[in-house]
Amino acid sequence: MRFAFTDDQLTFRDTVRDFLAAECPPSLVRSEATTRGDAWRALWGKLAEMGVVGLTAPESRGGLGMGPLDLVLLLEETGRAAMPGPIVETTAVALPLLGDGDWAARAATSDAIVSVGLDGSPFTPFGGDADALLLVWGDDVLLVERDAFRAQPVDSVDGLRRLASIDWDPASSARIAGSDALADARARGAVATAAQLCGVAAQLIDITVEYAKERRQFGVPIGTFQAVKHHCANAMLKLEYARPVVYRAAYSIEHGDPSRAVHASMAKAYASDAGEVAARVALQVHGAIGYTAEHDMQLWMKRVWALSRAWGDAAWHREQVARAVLDPS
Amino acid sequence: MAPMDLTDTEAEAAFRAEARAWLTANKPREPLPSGNTAAGFAVNRDWERRLFDGGWAVVSWPKEYGGRDASLFEWLIFEEEYYAAGLPQRVAQNGIFLLAPTVFEFGTQEQRDRVLPRMAAVEDVWAQGWSEPNAGSDLAGIASRAVRDDERGGWRLSGQKTWTSRGAFCSHLFGLFRTDPDADRHRGMTYFLVPLDAGGVTVRPVDVLDGDAAFAEVFLDDVFVPDDDVLGEVNRGWEVAMATTGSERGLSLRSPGRFTAEAERLVRLYRSRGDHGDGTLRDAVVQAWMDAEAYRLNTLQTVTRLSDGARIGPESSLNKVFWSEMDIALHEAGLRLLGDEGERADTGWMKGFLFSLAGPIYAGTNEIQRNVIAERVLGLPRK
Repeated sequence: MRFAFTDDQLTFRDTVRDFLAAECPPSLVRSEATTRGDAWRALWGKLAEMGVVGLTAPESRGGLGMGPLDLVLLLEETGRAAMPGPIVETTAVALPLLGDGDWAARAATSDAIVSVGLDGSPFTPFGGDADALLLVWGDDVLLVERDAFRAQPVDSVDGLRRLASIDWDPASSARIAGSDALADARARGAVATAAQLCGVAAQLIDITVEYAKERRQFGVPIGTFQAVKHHCANAMLKLEYARPVVYRAAYSIEHGDPSRAVHASMAKAYASDAGEVAARVALQVHGAIGYTAEHDMQLWMKRVWALSRAWGDAAWHREQVARAVLDPS
Repeated sequence: MAPMDLTDTEAEAAFRAEARAWLTANKPREPLPSGNTAAGFAVNRDWERRLFDGGWAVVSWPKEYGGRDASLFEWLIFEEEYYAAGLPQRVAQNGIFLLAPTVFEFGTQEQRDRVLPRMAAVEDVWAQGWSEPNAGSDLAGIASRAVRDDERGGWRLSGQKTWTSRGAFCSHLFGLFRTDPDADRHRGMTYFLVPLDAGGVTVRPVDVLDGDAAFAEVFLDDVFVPDDDVLGEVNRGWEVAMATTGSERGLSLRSPGRFTAEAERLVRLYRSRGDHGDGTLRDAVVQAWMDAEAYRLNTLQTVTRLSDGARIGPESSLNKVFWSEMDIALHEAGLRLLGDEGERADTGWMKGFLFSLAGPIYAGTNEIQRNVIAERVLGLPRK
């Protein structure tokens, strides 16, 4: 038994954290969210050069040939930075489905954007930016190229989600996977999003603790008040119990554990709840300044409100666990 | 560093199989009574003695003190198997899990040799003497005092300890006493080991919510304790006591096996009773099951860190809040599943519910734990 990451995995995480601190500052996140611009594409290209975008693609296709357990800590960092870009869709979900095909090479190197609409949501993240989409038809996953779909932008509460609703033609699309792969893809998407939510929650707690140390009322920092302390402690409690559940789910997918879908649902349920609590606590401790669009904190709160629903919300995933655990098989 | 591996190693699997086989062959045929009555205490003590004779009382201790030199992972495995077998918390637990780590760390060789084997064999059963009528959450406010007796080479203890678990049935007490009344609040305390049959000790049982005498008040009137029964340095009792509070709040007192076993019982109850068409009850049951699993996973992370040489720190306060609130929610869900039967006093769910309600209070209230999380994990200012 050993429940810890390797030094290599931790070093890679630190590298990505440092990279995002330098290359993905809140100012970039804010301007992208506001202008719906394309600056994220340059960041995406640099991430691809680091090997992060193509992490799960085979080495023969320009990837690193790694799995969910190598990816999970990096996804947490992308959440911490509120990073724009389809890292969940491309790296966690699409590349394992694309195998060693040409699209895998193009997506891994950021030459093409490949997003996915596999989770039952009518909206596809980065749908308008994608050169190809992986979409569900019946129990099959189809690859739909740019000329076979039309993307209609949909405003998400988080402007960086770049949602679109998709009109497409199954007849002119290629089947790339069946129902087993689709179930796995959904588990991968849920766990990857859960990992991002942990990072978002961690950053919200950090921002909030810093604010509570600085902000003074009644002549003292508000962080000295027990009510404020307990809000922060509650957020931390949720996060610290979500993390191991998320890591275990990544491990289970990596090793093909028969319970991986249940573990993924637990992960998403915990991380969605942890994110929601962190966002509420962050807003309440910040007070009115946190309610303004001028304060950066909203960027992370809005990411929570989007991601807590993406790939199934907490209630939906709890019900998946309930079916597996409570109902007779 | 080896990669993550969430399965038992070959040695761990063999350990699990051995523990399971022994428990299956040796556990009492009838469920054990509560250890919080004189008769029930004796029955539990006999069972725990049998556990010791089989070599399973203190698996993680060194062999010379009655243990198996088991790793922390093996200890977790034993606890899982123990509770999965339907066995109750042990009457010896406060000695084994709270005092023993302190004796290993701060005790003299003579103290280890004298105290630990008798504790493991349940010949001595230890009670915790920390709280006082005016010192609960504010533990540093204790007033019980110890006065130097140079002539006899020891100390004379006076004062009152309270809420002492199973104090009416235990043979010994470990506790903090003020040895320097002029020192600052957190200084001038000393950690003493006190036999409860010493002259000047009076123990008054206190019945708790379920009607059993789970608590006691312990009155000390000029009780002589020799120097050999001072644990750690004189006037450094606070540091000695605090060094192992992590054990109480997190790891050892509430091992995940207890909650995963209880969660499985909850699932069986759900399957036999249904949720009466109440989706919120179904949700509560599955959340309790998941929480037990999350606690197990969190503990595996902690034990991995400890195995790599880290020490348990203020993050143990996160554990304490989590398991105590989970325990209540789990039993509330059980009572809801029972419907009208839920009000009966004699079900395991009601007994478990009443016990769980103490969780957010003892071992430092959850309000204190949240302060610790905020100040020492997150770095918010004390004042």
